[in-house]
Amino acid sequence: MGMVAINRRQLIEGALGAVGSMSITTSGGDASFAAELPAAAVDVRLTINGDVRIITVEPRTTLLDALRAQLGLTGTKKGCDRGECGACTVHIDDRRVLSCMTLAAMQEGKRVTTIEGLERDGKLHPLQEAFIEHDGFQCGFCTSGQIMSGVAMIEEAKAGWPSAATADVGQRFTPADLSASEIRERMSGNLCRCACYPNIVDAIASAARRA
Amino acid sequence: MHPFGLWRAADSAQAIAVHAKDPGIVFIAGGTDLIGLIKDRAALPERLLDINGLPGMANVEVRQDGSLLLGALARMSDVAAHPEVRRLFPMIAESLLFAASGQLRNMASIGGNIMQRTRCAYFRDGDDLPCNKRKSGSGCSALPGLNRGHAIFGWSESCVATHPSDLAVALAALDAIVHVQGQAGDRAIPFREFHRLPDSTPEKDNALDRGDLIVAIEVPARAEGRASHYLKVRDRQSYEFALVSVAAAITTDGGRVRSARLAMGGVAHKPWRLTAAETALRGVPLNDSDALKSAIAKSFNDARPLAHNAFKVELAQRATLRALQIAGARA
Repeated sequence: MGMVAINRRQLIEGALGAVGSMSITTSGGDASFAAELPAAAVDVRLTINGDVRIITVEPRTTLLDALRAQLGLTGTKKGCDRGECGACTVHIDDRRVLSCMTLAAMQEGKRVTTIEGLERDGKLHPLQEAFIEHDGFQCGFCTSGQIMSGVAMIEEAKAGWPSAATADVGQRFTPADLSASEIRERMSGNLCRCACYPNIVDAIASAARRA
Repeated sequence: MHPFGLWRAADSAQAIAVHAKDPGIVFIAGGTDLIGLIKDRAALPERLLDINGLPGMANVEVRQDGSLLLGALARMSDVAAHPEVRRLFPMIAESLLFAASGQLRNMASIGGNIMQRTRCAYFRDGDDLPCNKRKSGSGCSALPGLNRGHAIFGWSESCVATHPSDLAVALAALDAIVHVQGQAGDRAIPFREFHRLPDSTPEKDNALDRGDLIVAIEVPARAEGRASHYLKVRDRQSYEFALVSVAAAITTDGGRVRSARLAMGGVAHKPWRLTAAETALRGVPLNDSDALKSAIAKSFNDARPLAHNAFKVELAQRATLRALQIAGARA
């Protein structure tokens, strides 16, 4: 395989079963390489909340903007758009990430889960239930990011990942060690300007106990 | 956001050849720093070269002799959670866990981590204030400006910025090796030669040239690794860059320091090794904090604080003392 410019042609070629005929040049092929326009549209195939979707984006389009503006999935929120607030948290291949700092065009073939994809058979995810039960929000703007972050964070704890709040990282971490201070540290990438933190921590602790 | 083209390479040879020839292209892995730089217009690349698909670069390898080979595309969270990394080099795991947030650690690569650009607010300023790192010859706004978070060692009239990476501090203390593939072949760059001081060319952060690709970081087996600690002091308890930070690793003999490895973050343009203190600490009893303090002070005779960061000189020494004591308790 040579250098690949990711562009519309790839999809068309893929559909025709002829990948490799047009968009591929050999390494050092400067001419075709320099001709590629920054604004050239890119087709990306993603599995979003279980459904395969193909979207056309510019290389600079973030996953956040693609989700909200092109796929109508507005549950994912744009807060700071700088990777500082966590409101845009989604899962890519089951890991929590920031969709505002992720380029959609680089996610070809990835599995994306948003807040809209957490429910099963019309039933809320246990962490969504816990947020309601513990009153873990006020205005609600950060809530989908908090919940997406919390769901993945509980899985990280179950996988034995330590955190900066873990006294001895050399020791095995178990979900039973998931104290309030552990939860606060692990959730520090999600800001809540209504300051619902105590209730958010309670909601996550209760869901983690049941997980 | 500033527009750019997007490319990807099938193998590292191709990525290197293209990067060497095209001054408008930059590598992108996790993108957690680069996308922010582009949004802040502190980087305006014409093209991005996505290296995430390059084969064999995402492994975390623990070798028989107790050394590590961290693939450049391994994610921060993978390395931080690795049981053998945690056991052999707790300060590496800690330096990663004390950085960024859970989401960012899942995204950010190890190679990209040591390539992070400074968090100096003038460098990142959207209004394009003078900054020699951003625009060579434009001047340094931080030197006459607000420099509370800036360097106390090794700065120049051109630049007083600090390096933001936590991991790099631990790697500097351990004399890690950066494995680079370039046009002229493979190179192994000793960690203390990887990052550079600003001198009159602060736009250049490190020893890499065009066409150089970090493929892995090697951490040699170190007796000091197990009794180690990364201590980070910051304005917020979590999700914040360091005011000062310390990576401390030691071996002991009958309650005395036999050997010490010490490096600091938040104090210079590169991870700052406390070599004079390392030498002075040999033989000092770990329970004699006055003697430890005197040994640590040997590395601070040449500190040159700026108008607003004199507090760092004392803070750095106290942080070093505490990191040493915590590392000592693990011996």
